[in-house]
Amino acid sequence: MGRYVARRLLQMIPVFIGTTLLIFLMVNVLPGDPVAALWGDKPPDPAQVAQIKHDRGLDLPLWQQYFHYMGGLLQGDFGNTIAGNRPILDEITQAFPVSMRLAAMAWTFELVVGITLGVLAGVKRGRVLDNTVTLFTLLVISVPIFVFGLFLQLIFGNELGWVTPTVQDSENFVELILPALVLGLVGLAYVARLTRTSIAENRQADYIRTAVAKGLPRKRIISRHLLRNSLIPVVTYLGTDIGTLMGGAVITEGIFNVAGVGNLLYRGLFQHEGTVIVGVVTVLVLVYLLASLLVDLLYAVLDPRIRYA
Amino acid sequence: MRGAKSAKWVAIAGVVALTATACGGGDSDNNGSGKVDPKGIVSYANGEPQNALQPSNTMEAYGSVVIDSLFTGLVHYDKKGDITYENAESVTPDKDSKVWTVKLKPGWKFHNGEAVTAKSYVEAWNWAADPANGQQNSAWYRDIEGYDDVHPEKGKAKKKAMSGLKVVDDNTFTITLKSGIPYYAYKLVYAPFYPLPSAALKDPKKYGEAPVGNGPYKFEKWDHKKVISVRAFDGYKGANKPKNGGVDFKAYNKDTAAYADLKSDNVDSMPIVPNSEIANFKQDFGDRAIDMDFSALNTVNFAFYTKQWKDIDVKVLQGLSMAIDRDTIAKTVFHGTRESATGWVAKGVKGYQDDACGEYCKFDAKKAKQSIKDGGGVPGNKIQIQYNADQPHKDWVVAVCNSITNATGVKCVGDPVTDFAADTEIRDQKKVKSMYRSGWVLDYPFNGNFLADLYGTGVDGNKGGFSDKKFDKLTKEADAAKTIDESAKLYQQAEKELVNTFPGIPLWYNKTLSAYSKNVKKVEFDQAGDPILTDVEVFEK
Repeated sequence: MGRYVARRLLQMIPVFIGTTLLIFLMVNVLPGDPVAALWGDKPPDPAQVAQIKHDRGLDLPLWQQYFHYMGGLLQGDFGNTIAGNRPILDEITQAFPVSMRLAAMAWTFELVVGITLGVLAGVKRGRVLDNTVTLFTLLVISVPIFVFGLFLQLIFGNELGWVTPTVQDSENFVELILPALVLGLVGLAYVARLTRTSIAENRQADYIRTAVAKGLPRKRIISRHLLRNSLIPVVTYLGTDIGTLMGGAVITEGIFNVAGVGNLLYRGLFQHEGTVIVGVVTVLVLVYLLASLLVDLLYAVLDPRIRYA
Repeated sequence: MRGAKSAKWVAIAGVVALTATACGGGDSDNNGSGKVDPKGIVSYANGEPQNALQPSNTMEAYGSVVIDSLFTGLVHYDKKGDITYENAESVTPDKDSKVWTVKLKPGWKFHNGEAVTAKSYVEAWNWAADPANGQQNSAWYRDIEGYDDVHPEKGKAKKKAMSGLKVVDDNTFTITLKSGIPYYAYKLVYAPFYPLPSAALKDPKKYGEAPVGNGPYKFEKWDHKKVISVRAFDGYKGANKPKNGGVDFKAYNKDTAAYADLKSDNVDSMPIVPNSEIANFKQDFGDRAIDMDFSALNTVNFAFYTKQWKDIDVKVLQGLSMAIDRDTIAKTVFHGTRESATGWVAKGVKGYQDDACGEYCKFDAKKAKQSIKDGGGVPGNKIQIQYNADQPHKDWVVAVCNSITNATGVKCVGDPVTDFAADTEIRDQKKVKSMYRSGWVLDYPFNGNFLADLYGTGVDGNKGGFSDKKFDKLTKEADAAKTIDESAKLYQQAEKELVNTFPGIPLWYNKTLSAYSKNVKKVEFDQAGDPILTDVEVFEK
């Protein structure tokens, strides 16, 4: 187990280098000079452009820029923004806690409601409840997320006035509930569907028949035997979804004006702030890698037959 | 992206509020007593400024609006485009408009108590002109004598001070220009010409996080990406004393989010309604909707360096212009929120003349076709209009193209480029294939700003490579005029001359479209599209 974890951690290094290099290169082939863009539609000042490029190291060859960047990264320095010369680390440490909170809330919502719905639908397969859940999840999956976002904002924010249409304080849990619901909706639908299918399949399995024959209480059969064995695909999904929730919040954060990672990424793209994009994505890559490691380790807990060498 | 215009408002007599007093029938539930609270706080939908808050380093709109609330410059202009005096008692040129003497009103103070003197101006400008201090707006001082020593094209500053700036006494200083500019006072309106207290130059970084100005509002706090708060400054000596207790500039990332908040009275005003809401914002807000003139002009310009336009007969260009049905497109695509342009200068600036373009800016399919035929036709019989796809330009480009094709049979397609930065890069490198969309927001309300700065041979704003000796000569004469009025008149002649060369096709004048919440009244925008925040009145809660 320890060796397995160590190996996985070591594997992360090339993945990490590869992804950062790829993003670094991708951002650099974006058309448009980010420094000249600071001047908007006015003619840029050549002396200042040269000064800013020199200050930020943008006048160096690309490979040198990458090495400088990686060197800084190892010391925890994410570099500075082109506009304003602010440390990117500050931006990241401001945005990530907000997104983490939002993602955690959305994730909990997915987990609790999604699995509950899935179990109910799976156990009562073919009944009214099952059909309702299928219909509901189909709707959620097929309608784009921004439609739900804007719709719920209009209903609860503008019409009913229960909440303010946008989040006034990104660190306030209560205000984040609505965006978290929107963010978690799609994931919830997938979790419910995965759970339902898995449960429905396993219900026919021999060990369930045995358990029923033993006369175990229904509740115990479902929670200890059926659910536990049905959770593996769900856990895989929930694990990778952590990363998606963190980075995929661009739309939701935009609609509700949450100052999180999605926003940072969006602004970075619009302002051609390459280093901001690379920085944010680097952290997201780490989150993904750690989440997927965690998922793999959880398999063994759910199914002791799975062993790690 | 809106250009970085900065402008404050001077109250002039006789200006009628465009919008009726705030609460129309049925809307009054939120207004309580309907009484105005002079200490009330206005909230304004803004965004996170790009740079630290230094006047000479702020170009984009999010930072400019905050800077303009904190500072009062030497002069400003009124709705007719005439100069008004603010911190300056007088700004007088010599007979060649070369040496300008600035006298300050005595007794003005910065928010930290320091006196505003001639030195506060001269030292701030010299500091900002030095490229080592990284101030984006330093090109604004380029007319001043000795600028090239402080800010050479390349390399480090040779001198620390511009020889053209001289402190005479505490309240007087002179500006010597490289050559006479009769309308130079207009340029002094802009943020880089604001004064700075001495502390600002000692620790610019700290200052940029908590600026101290001399304006109607004093800085209170900057909660990054959330809000910047400014509060009314009791010791303010200017005419535009705030009629409210202060302003909270709330940071939004998307204008649609701000709009949702505006509809629920969660924020009091915003710069411009999102494009997706243009069709229905008047219905949403009724008499709280704002629709004002904004001195900006949209054009489609020719890239004269291409094979297609190099030796073109001007009749072809005139014909293309006549083939565009501006009125119909304004009505359908823009829902009546733009106005057809009749010349190369936007409305609301000094020297604006009606109908400078004459029949060539009026839709006439028959004449258009004939004119193009007479001129020998469009080479290749196909034109492309380059635009940036990150802004909603596609619809009108398609409409313009359809109009041209229907009227004349010339094929016309849009040429989208990913975003504005890429679009300007292509223009700067002179790689536009045929034509490009362009727009210009006033730098200062003077017709020369729309003419010499855009179509003079070799100037920075001239991206299409247009060059006409006669036009250059006329603008030179205008720049040598003795007075502003005379200069404006000569520029009008230069504008008339453009009919014969047609550097670009004027399309529409812009408008400022906005709205305000039920909590406030008297929200207006000036001709540069900036809110006049000091005049906003807040209802008692």
